[in-house]
Amino acid sequence: MGIRIKSVGPSCTIQDAGRLGYMDFGFPVSGCMDADSHYIANVLVGNDPKDAVIEITLGGFSCDFTSKAVVALTGCDAQFEIDGVRVPMYTAIYVDKGAHLRCGYAKTGCRAYLAVQSGFYLKNVMGSVSTNVKCKIGGYLGRALMKEDLLFFNSTEPNIKRVNNRSVKPRVPNSEHLSEAVLRVILGPQDDYFTEKGINTFLSATYTVANDSDRMGIKTTGESVESKAGVDIISDGMPLGGVQIPASGMPIIMAADRQTTGGYAKIATVISSDMPVVAQLRPGNAIKFEKVSVSEAVKIYKDRKKYLENISKLWKR
Amino acid sequence: MENNETRFLYAGDTALVIEFGNAINETLNARVRNVYNALKAMKIDGVYDVIPTFRSILINYLPDVITFDKLRKRLNKVLNTASSVAIEKKRVIVVPVAYGGVYGEDIKDVCAHTGLDESEVIKLHSSTTYLIYMLGFLPGFAYLGGLDKRLVTPRLKNPRTKIEAGAVGIGGEQTGVYPLASPGGWRLIGRTPLKPYDPHRESPFLYKAGDYIKFRPVTIAEYELISNAVASGSYICEEDII
Repeated sequence: MGIRIKSVGPSCTIQDAGRLGYMDFGFPVSGCMDADSHYIANVLVGNDPKDAVIEITLGGFSCDFTSKAVVALTGCDAQFEIDGVRVPMYTAIYVDKGAHLRCGYAKTGCRAYLAVQSGFYLKNVMGSVSTNVKCKIGGYLGRALMKEDLLFFNSTEPNIKRVNNRSVKPRVPNSEHLSEAVLRVILGPQDDYFTEKGINTFLSATYTVANDSDRMGIKTTGESVESKAGVDIISDGMPLGGVQIPASGMPIIMAADRQTTGGYAKIATVISSDMPVVAQLRPGNAIKFEKVSVSEAVKIYKDRKKYLENISKLWKR
Repeated sequence: MENNETRFLYAGDTALVIEFGNAINETLNARVRNVYNALKAMKIDGVYDVIPTFRSILINYLPDVITFDKLRKRLNKVLNTASSVAIEKKRVIVVPVAYGGVYGEDIKDVCAHTGLDESEVIKLHSSTTYLIYMLGFLPGFAYLGGLDKRLVTPRLKNPRTKIEAGAVGIGGEQTGVYPLASPGGWRLIGRTPLKPYDPHRESPFLYKAGDYIKFRPVTIAEYELISNAVASGSYICEEDII
């Protein structure tokens, strides 16, 4: 047994750590947008950090539990409640059979994560259960979750004792960082397509997250970034966090569902440690880009890895 | 020549790009392929996904396992050895296509634009052996080189909102197969019963960058036969090694 979905808000999909190993065939990675929240949600309930969770966009999600469970909610605070009582984020929670979990809408942030102990029973496609809506694979029947979908747990015997009192503080507190998020970038691979003025604009202007942002890319509006002689390149590989500048001059940050290749010059790449912040941006949020060196970024990478590993070391699985 | 142009570019803290040049040609692409093959064979610790393109390779790596500088040193060695490696034999995948009719209604546009008749279009399109420069845009979508100049036809002014998987089209100087249903602006000249991409097959993709594709005209009846064989999993893809 498991949960019966009652409402999904703007979009809910099953995601895990992504479908790696097929990028050379043009296959998008998918996976959770906010890798930190994904990892922590799983650790809190005693799962493998890479297990699949439900990614909830903005809020509007609700479900009925058809069996008892242990769950954790991370990411943006979408004001979750169980049977009408508010429940804490970043904490392992015991849920009774028949209970109703619902949420409102997050005041800040964009994506919340629901992990259940033992994980969801799903078919692995090409090494992952992440939903890829475009390719109609992974997750629940290869599509976003819908009302009345039934998701089963891998085990119906949850063990709350094992995860009693598990609670952590998130690395990036939502509200502080998101009113004006500073995203650290490494210039390149095609920064030489832009004028000095264009690069200065990119690193000093404030950009606003656009409405048509999604899991593929976060679009922005603001001051146009000047190129030397156009932004079209011969299509090449697309890194996570690659910042494309299309003809309009407005930066687009490429995210989990990005295509593996792209034909616009990439002025910079958001460092991997700041992608969980990108995941929590919503239309209207302000962004500034700040240049860092590769060695600084690697230090931040190691600190972040240590932070996550320390959380998983707090408790035995 | 292109060795002098080879550059290492930052693509964040977990990826780098080796750029071999800035053009689309077979020599440059063969270099990409040789280095890509060498990298796949080496399995460098910390390198997890490699994307070969027309003229560059993106390498994803874990910076706590291997640093940018160490990786660049390893890659420089690969570049030095891979350049002397002979290009592997060509693998040609034969892709059956039902041209024209309900499966390729835009073939008449190609005829009108080029002044060729339908049988000439089919003959020209199916007599070329096309190099797969790279896969991208959609899962398993092959960027092919070598379309006969006489077949060049502009894209549709209003792209279709849905093109079926297996559709074969011409868009400007490009030709190719849609691996899954998607919107698109190419002129559709036929359809293949093959599934270039099937997530539930042991090898989800029929071809990889560096392979070649040759189209073989088939009748509607043969299309149906192959389609049934593909559906039942009994179809064996025709391949030539040249």
